[in-house]
Amino acid sequence: MRGILAFGGHLPHRRLDRSTIAAVAGGGGGKGTRTVAGYDEDATTLAVEAARGVVRSSPVVPAALWFATTTPTYADKTNATAIHAALRLPPQTMAADMVGAARSSVAALVAGLAGGGPTLVVAGDVRPGLPGSADEAAGADAGAALLVGDDTAVAPVLAELVGRAARTEEFLDRWRTPGDGRTRQWEERFGEKRYVPLGTAAFAAALADAGLTADDVTRLVIASPHARAAKAVVRGLGVAKEALADDLGATVGNPGATQPLLLLAAALEQAAPGDVVVLLSLADGADALVFRATDALAAHEPARPIADQVAAGAPLPYPTFLRWRGLLATEPPRRPEPARPSASAASRNADWKFGFVASEDRTSGGVHMPPARAAMHGGAIDDMEARPMADVAGTVVTSTVDRLAYSPSPPIVFAVVDFDGGGRLPVELTDCDADEIGIGVRVEMTFRRLFTADGIANYFWKARPLRSADGTVVRVAAEQAG
Amino acid sequence: MGSHGIRDRVAIVGMGCTPFAEHFDRGLDDLMVDATTEALASAGIERADADAWWVGTAQSGMSGIMLAKALQLEGKPVTRVENMCATGSEALRAASYAVASGAYDLAVAVGVEKVKDSGYQGLNAFPIPTDGTNRTLTAAAMFSMVLPAYAERYGVEPDQLRRVVARIASKNHSNGAKNPKAQFRKEMSVDAICAMPAVAGQLGVFDCAGVADGAAVAVVCRAEDAHRYTDTPLYVKALSLVAGNGSGLIDPEYDYTTFPEIAAAGADAYAQAGITDPRSELALAEVHDCFTPTELVLMEDLGFSARGQAWEDCESGVYDLDGELPVNPDGGLKSFGHPVGASGLRMMYEAWLQLRSEAPVERQVATVAQGRSLALTHNLGGYPGEMVSFVGIVGTEPSA
Repeated sequence: MRGILAFGGHLPHRRLDRSTIAAVAGGGGGKGTRTVAGYDEDATTLAVEAARGVVRSSPVVPAALWFATTTPTYADKTNATAIHAALRLPPQTMAADMVGAARSSVAALVAGLAGGGPTLVVAGDVRPGLPGSADEAAGADAGAALLVGDDTAVAPVLAELVGRAARTEEFLDRWRTPGDGRTRQWEERFGEKRYVPLGTAAFAAALADAGLTADDVTRLVIASPHARAAKAVVRGLGVAKEALADDLGATVGNPGATQPLLLLAAALEQAAPGDVVVLLSLADGADALVFRATDALAAHEPARPIADQVAAGAPLPYPTFLRWRGLLATEPPRRPEPARPSASAASRNADWKFGFVASEDRTSGGVHMPPARAAMHGGAIDDMEARPMADVAGTVVTSTVDRLAYSPSPPIVFAVVDFDGGGRLPVELTDCDADEIGIGVRVEMTFRRLFTADGIANYFWKARPLRSADGTVVRVAAEQAG
Repeated sequence: MGSHGIRDRVAIVGMGCTPFAEHFDRGLDDLMVDATTEALASAGIERADADAWWVGTAQSGMSGIMLAKALQLEGKPVTRVENMCATGSEALRAASYAVASGAYDLAVAVGVEKVKDSGYQGLNAFPIPTDGTNRTLTAAAMFSMVLPAYAERYGVEPDQLRRVVARIASKNHSNGAKNPKAQFRKEMSVDAICAMPAVAGQLGVFDCAGVADGAAVAVVCRAEDAHRYTDTPLYVKALSLVAGNGSGLIDPEYDYTTFPEIAAAGADAYAQAGITDPRSELALAEVHDCFTPTELVLMEDLGFSARGQAWEDCESGVYDLDGELPVNPDGGLKSFGHPVGASGLRMMYEAWLQLRSEAPVERQVATVAQGRSLALTHNLGGYPGEMVSFVGIVGTEPSA
């Protein structure tokens, strides 16, 4: 039995209220909100954040990592290797990109389910679109990850793949020249005409492959960059209306290649053992995958449920959104821009830079961040062991706001953080407002892009405040913070 | 093993200092030539009389050639030294130790920096290739983290502490206003300083040192030769330097209310100089007030105030020009300006003027007339948790 072993998603902290768009852009917008990647997030970091929870929740070590996105940070260079490093996967795990098209993520999932060892299928997208465009308003930024593999005692399959079908056809629906900030579309009716029969056929074929009928489908997930086609295809499938899953369009938006994986993960969160969950994806053809939830699903608790993340978040003014997207050019800080990171130094220090692995002195237990060879306060040399810190929470000891230093989105909020169980790092904060931060604030680490210099994305970790259900930051009493 | 110092083995017999300013019309060479000319004149010597030279600059030039070329020194040993913002003090230390060793009879320490040619405000370090994980904060932000930590530890209201450090800036502006070589010569009230918009944490722009171009120079010789050059030499009592191991950045024990490197350098310098109660023995102190919280903490780390007491001592005027121990009577980094490589020697220049009663009357410290004959200079580079610290002590009298 092969299927899904773990699943999860990552939604950025910020939300754009679509009704605020038209006043600035002169048009566009609409109802509801969409998620917005932080200025320090990109397809790679979104994918890392989604995959962290998935990898952490399973004892399985992936033999392969497939990364899908429509908005890769790099061409020529593989993006998945940074994800691989941030997740601290072993060197034996192959990491590769499947980038460019919305269909890439389903292709990666199909490839993972087709066989071989356990495979981590990850997607991350920062959807582009010009101000006032439908893509801007309807788009979303998100990451999603699925760990797929064979059923074992230690890692049972949560949802078994029981049927699959695909239809491929060449026609011009949406296209974007690499580097362009907008996607162009043919008129909608043409695409709809092509997609509906393709989707219907793939759906029927997949159910036949599974030996099931439309009546058996408990949850139907439809993903597509073509919203109208997605809506239209449902009518002819014969699936009960109640079975149609929320496409998260009103709250999250459509995150490109990430959408199929995110919606599938969200549906599995809601599913019960025995449920038949179908993913139907319309993108340059149609793909249908039929899963049956196993008894193991009942015991599975996602680390950060997508439903909780949908309900969380904080508003972002539309002008700030435009600035973060590079669509509103603003005066940079009058400070020298940071230098590009050194490839050789980054390579030497990859465990720290990407994996956030510190070192611990065996004699004193002192934690060294970054890892060092000589222990502080006159300790031994070369008597350290690796100490992973990415999943350790911490507390702010003292903090400041730097209004002078260079940042892609000033000012920099910065704090000295003491980690639970030892270790201290002065570190930048993210996903917060400056006035929320002070002594005693509890934080967790998140993988981000500090800045880009010379086309090189400088990835490292930042701290973000832990928040309670109502969105307020969590603090400990000051005496405990010291 | 031990730090023995070179107490009374070396004397400063000449000093010079350019005005610290936005010298848009003066080049690096001009600054070095001007300060050196003044220093050599005050010692009554020519360039050729000096046997060895040290030039301190953080990032305005490379190697001894920068000075040898500017002054056309021929066939002389010239060395460039660098220790961040303590670079000027490092040049003096190198020259003094070279003379104390007997290697040279007469040595010159030059400190210089051309900061304003960068086109940026504030100081900017050379980009060194790294893995990109190091913090990119400004020094102002790093030092601003002292205030919440200090307020928390000693139970001082944050707003009250904010006014205390503004008073430090106000005092230094008041002193600098009386100094014709200072960059900023305008008095600033506590209210005006507090009203400035924040640049980092609670700090406004007037909590930060002035950024200036400038140079300062000292001529040193063996103590026994001092009177060949001047009737009023300054004897070097102590030169102490501590380079921090950076543990403050990673050690949860560090609490941002003290700078251990400074306390260590101070203790070492007092031992070298034979000082037991600096607050009553020193006539003045020139300290590295890069940011106002720095001067606050320094008063405790240098042993002038008891722990947790400096904020009250600053408030009550202990360190005012007419106070018990005048601190930064020349205006400090705050008002005199901070050309990185020159500042350590600029501090010594004020000790030179004050102990020899050559400072203008309106800012002469009364402690010298009262019989105190020792001055301290403190110079640091780096940030809380990771800094180099220098403490020097000079006096007008050789020890009995």
